[in-house]
Amino acid sequence: MSSDAMGHGVRPTAESDPGAAPVQLLDTAGVLQVSDATAEFLPVIEALSDDTLRSFHRDMVLTRRFDDEAGNLQRQGQLALWVPSHGQEAAQVGSARATRPQDHLFPSYREHAVGMVRGIDPVDVVRLLRGNTHGGWDPAERQNFHLYTLVIGSQTLHATGYAMGVAIDGDYATGDPERDTAVITYFGDGATSQGDVNEAFIFAASFQTPQVFFLQNNQWAISVPVATQSRTPLYLRGTGFGIPSTQIDGNDVLASYAVTLRDMDAARAGGGPRFIEAMTYRIGAHTTSDDPTKYRTDDELQSWVARDPIVRFELFLRSRGESDAFFASIEEEANDLAEDVRKRTLALEKPDNDSMFRHVYSERHPRIDEQREWLSNYESSFGETS
Amino acid sequence: MTDATQTLAAETLATPAASALETMPLGRALNAGLRKAMQDDPRVLLLGEDIATLGGVFRVTEGLKAEFGVKRVIDTPLAESGIVGASIGLAMRGFRPVAEIQFDGFIFPGFDQITSQLAKLTARHEGSQAFPVVIRVPYGGHIGAVEHHQESPEAYFAHTPGLRLVSPSTPHDAYWMIQEAIKSDDPIMFFEPKSRYWPKGPVDFASAGVPLHASRVVRVGTEVTVVGHGAMVSVLLQAAEIAAEEGISIEVVDLRSLSPVDYGPLLESVRKTGRLVVAQEAPQNVSVGSEIAATVTEKAFYSLEAPVLRVSGYDTPFPPAKLESVFLPDADRVLEAVDRALAY
Repeated sequence: MSSDAMGHGVRPTAESDPGAAPVQLLDTAGVLQVSDATAEFLPVIEALSDDTLRSFHRDMVLTRRFDDEAGNLQRQGQLALWVPSHGQEAAQVGSARATRPQDHLFPSYREHAVGMVRGIDPVDVVRLLRGNTHGGWDPAERQNFHLYTLVIGSQTLHATGYAMGVAIDGDYATGDPERDTAVITYFGDGATSQGDVNEAFIFAASFQTPQVFFLQNNQWAISVPVATQSRTPLYLRGTGFGIPSTQIDGNDVLASYAVTLRDMDAARAGGGPRFIEAMTYRIGAHTTSDDPTKYRTDDELQSWVARDPIVRFELFLRSRGESDAFFASIEEEANDLAEDVRKRTLALEKPDNDSMFRHVYSERHPRIDEQREWLSNYESSFGETS
Repeated sequence: MTDATQTLAAETLATPAASALETMPLGRALNAGLRKAMQDDPRVLLLGEDIATLGGVFRVTEGLKAEFGVKRVIDTPLAESGIVGASIGLAMRGFRPVAEIQFDGFIFPGFDQITSQLAKLTARHEGSQAFPVVIRVPYGGHIGAVEHHQESPEAYFAHTPGLRLVSPSTPHDAYWMIQEAIKSDDPIMFFEPKSRYWPKGPVDFASAGVPLHASRVVRVGTEVTVVGHGAMVSVLLQAAEIAAEEGISIEVVDLRSLSPVDYGPLLESVRKTGRLVVAQEAPQNVSVGSEIAATVTEKAFYSLEAPVLRVSGYDTPFPPAKLESVFLPDADRVLEAVDRALAY
């Protein structure tokens, strides 16, 4: 594929090269990597303000503390299920911070950090996993962070349809940074085996939609390793569909930020879809119903603990002179968040019966009317219930 | 043979201004209805396989690409789940997508996006987002086609909360109902009886329109009510014509809507005749006809002189075309059931 077709000066050799190492800007010791391979990204990183860099750390720490607290709440019987994000914070925060207010984000169900960057109330995620709702928030009120989707990969087609709509509306490639819009969709390594994800690639490539496919390869689809999903590195799948693709170190928040920024900018500018494979690891279980000791080794786990995204970024910030006081203040904020989530979770009330019927359809429906009235009368027939 | 459906449809229409009444096939009426909907609302767009340049394998969308352009009449890759999933995303963007599934039997690759996503997304959003998606499905037999091209899969979707299902039987209904479907804020499965694409009938462009969910008595009778939808309505009218020659008076009801079913006119008819035969091309087990039989029995039990009887396709896969006339209920099988109902 020519650089003209890809557009906007992106070097084709940096992408879709089977021999290329994943893009990494910070090594595990938090040292910024200066090399030919990172040269295109370093100006973007150097342009980040101290406050922005601090916000990356804050996003990751707050999400992890929330994640831990929600896991505890599940163990205490307060949630039906929890889906831990521990270990994937850098991939999520870096990519989410690369979006603009007008962009749209279509998550799977583990993107707690992405949601928090876009302003969701963590208790809304709790409500979903406590069994109070199937949704939780209005995407329009949460900076276009769409609802979690539990059927693996389905949301990639919704994202693609949305991006087709952006293109039809002409809200891309205008050069207006307030208007040009891109879509980013999140999915996992297991999802790459789903038909919907492959159809989404095909539609996106056919219509050259303004969107980024962001794959978090956390190595395990519940108990099935990524080798069972694919005999090629997953980012090369994108190449096969004609979508410029890049593999990154997903535990490096700066790599996630810089590559997503480049690709979202390219998509907004009319360069068509992009695919990012972020190599990361699910430190916790698939969900609280899972037991990862049955299928993976402690050695493997420890090798990824050593690549922890928050530790790495803290080392980087400290090397730039960030103070103990800053890290302590973020810890304190995280503890306050956890306490607030716990308190508000315990205060959540059961949804009313009528909510089951309320939004099945947007317009009146006789069968719904009949059944909600029947239930109401049935409940009333028992007299006062409380 | 005289086409009884069209004759009766013409008779039951209000007398229109001559200039507003045109005779055309159902496929052309759908084309006109889609054109009108696209003219009225710039957010309406069409997508599907072969619908733009070719105009659809049944030519229902013929000429619309030339009139509205490739941004509003979109040839998609050959992937039904992709078509439905992309329609969902387009609806989230504020469009009113009308997706075509090329044939009934090809809807199943899109089944998950229809039933797990489209049907549930309104509830999942708790009112913050509507999903005005229309899925057009040419369906049913009588065209002598190969496997997967003659099926009637309505029951799978009628069983799914969050969807609405309709099926017009005449060009007039098709013209108006497709526009109503597009105006609805809910997901609509629009089942088009493909064997009725070609017979001509009147369309009154100046009428007050046709509601989306309104069953209708299309032939008045006194002794037995027969009810069906889509292509079955013309079979029922033929049966009624034959019965009349034998002195049996049959009332024919066109369901037009399968979910929700408009039970008002149907129950009124059954309370008058005391007997009901439900006819459908679909296999019988757990079918729309079965649901109607159960509901009519519950709601009109004391008016019934006989059990509600069903005439359906057999509980087999749709057979090879040489056997379709054996599989599909015809006037004789309907009348056999009418005779049984009268024998109680």
